[in-house]
Amino acid sequence: MSGARSVATCVRGVSVSPERFDRIAVFGGVYSNHVALEAVLADARRRDVDAVFCLGDLGAFGPNPDKIFPLLVEPGVRVMQGNYDDSISRGLADCQCGYTDPRDNYFAKISYDYTFDHTSDRWKGFLRSLPESIRIELGGYRVLMSHGSPRKMSEFLWESTAPTHFLDKMVASYDADVVLATHSGLHWKRELPSDRHFVNVGVIGRPANDGSTNVWYSLLDARRGFDVTFIPVDYDHESLALEMKHEGLPTEFIDTIRHGWWTTCLEILPSKERKKGRF
Amino acid sequence: MNARAELHALDDLWFQISGTICNLTCHHCFISCSPTNRSFDLIPLEDVLRTLETSRRLGVKEYYFTGGEPFIHPAMVEILEHTLELGPATVLTNGTLLKRLVIARLARAETASIYSLELRVSIDGYSPETNDAIRGKGTFARAMAGVRLLLEHGFLPIVTVAQTWEDDRAEEVFHGFVELLRGEGYERPRIKIIPTLRLGAEVERSRGYYASERITEDMLEDFDESQLICTHSRMVTNRGVYVCPILIDNPAARMGDDLDDALGAYPLDQSACYTCYVGGAVCSNVCAGGFRVS
Ligand code: SF4
Ligand code: SF4
Ligand SMILES: [Fe+2]
Repeated sequence: MSGARSVATCVRGVSVSPERFDRIAVFGGVYSNHVALEAVLADARRRDVDAVFCLGDLGAFGPNPDKIFPLLVEPGVRVMQGNYDDSISRGLADCQCGYTDPRDNYFAKISYDYTFDHTSDRWKGFLRSLPESIRIELGGYRVLMSHGSPRKMSEFLWESTAPTHFLDKMVASYDADVVLATHSGLHWKRELPSDRHFVNVGVIGRPANDGSTNVWYSLLDARRGFDVTFIPVDYDHESLALEMKHEGLPTEFIDTIRHGWWTTCLEILPSKERKKGRF
Repeated sequence: MNARAELHALDDLWFQISGTICNLTCHHCFISCSPTNRSFDLIPLEDVLRTLETSRRLGVKEYYFTGGEPFIHPAMVEILEHTLELGPATVLTNGTLLKRLVIARLARAETASIYSLELRVSIDGYSPETNDAIRGKGTFARAMAGVRLLLEHGFLPIVTVAQTWEDDRAEEVFHGFVELLRGEGYERPRIKIIPTLRLGAEVERSRGYYASERITEDMLEDFDESQLICTHSRMVTNRGVYVCPILIDNPAARMGDDLDDALGAYPLDQSACYTCYVGGAVCSNVCAGGFRVS
């Protein structure tokens, strides 16, 4: 176990030092949006990143889920498992978001059944093989990537309901300096005491409920301190909308792609986040 | 054998802020609150502030205030202002005592904070007849006036409804509430329906628990324990800390004088535990929105 410093993690009894990077691109929630995925990867390449990470939720919402896998695998994007991927790969009954509103459940089921039926077995196997978390070292920072949160894949971490002391305790208790998550669909960040950080890296599968059609990913750079930039990316959303229409996906989903407002699964939003949206 | 529930993390910190004192005397109130029930009393401001300080160390995620009627507490607004500096707050109110000046001040506090302030207003029927039969004469009109005031100040109140009807009427009642709130200009109403608890005054209204309605160890196998409030919450009262917001009428549910004494596991030997087990997370903030499934 040479050179195993405090950053070493224990994987099945073997101590491994995490890989090191200086500048990375991170996103979650592809939601079968292969058009946005291509645009985001091209943008990240232009910005000269060392590696690209995807924090899970590859399917849902969008059309033809199989299209995204080659786009992720070919360029070597490092992919993690989200609750959607867990459900699809194991054939669970739903996406584990825990909606209680009948309308949310109605739409969640449409997109879940569609995604399940259109994901080939080969890629279901791929989803099953994905890790539930990733640890790396970014500059001098120990970074832990999670889907919902390090303790629960389906936990929603919203800016307006995550106290700083709560995040700080979480980051410290997982022996990290930085924790990343996605799942909620909105990007935000919080600086914590002692140069610790939490970042919700956002999703690239649908807009951030702000009336704009672009999606967002996160650029993390630790060459001079820890720096996070949220990058808006425009893509040909109209072509995605047409493809969704062709696939018979609900108008409500297509409206979100076209207008940038969420139309379903709104019950989970805390009031501050809900007020910023239109519905 | 009875099962035990560990406190996984103290995510939800509850305050029985106005004790059991309420301006109303609802028939289904599970802790039988009333203007004269002082079995629990107001929690003094200093005690709240001390507990808030402890809560930071314990990594609390959300703060909940209930009673009785929280707005009976003379320092309620001040308490919420302090809380919103630390994290998100939710108040469970009957809506009948909301005053314009108070709501305006709360709106300012929420705007100044990065955290959400949720107001859950209890209304148990979408008409005066159905609501007032449970909550008392004139309460529908007064609570709706409270909802209107909240809407005027930019809040998105969560109308909380205790289910007092049979399951097959669920959709009808839900849509009744949607129409009611839309009629008030609340375009995207947030409605939360919670099962009633067979405790307190509710025993008189329907029935108590059967002896077989208990949680045993084998029932917890393959069960998502986080569904139980006691695995992620504690309830602070003026008489010590209780395991959960549901059992405060029960001396066996008192775990200690302050939060640090109340972080251990709890035996799920109370019959109300069965409702939690069957009904799921009755106290989470997730609420149903106001759209019709076509
Ligand atoms: S149910 Fe609520 S409003 Fe009614 S008496 Fe009990 S505490 Fe008061
Ligand atoms: S009533 Fe529910 S929350 Fe309270 S101790 Fe029993 S199971 Fe836990
Ligand atoms: Fe997710």
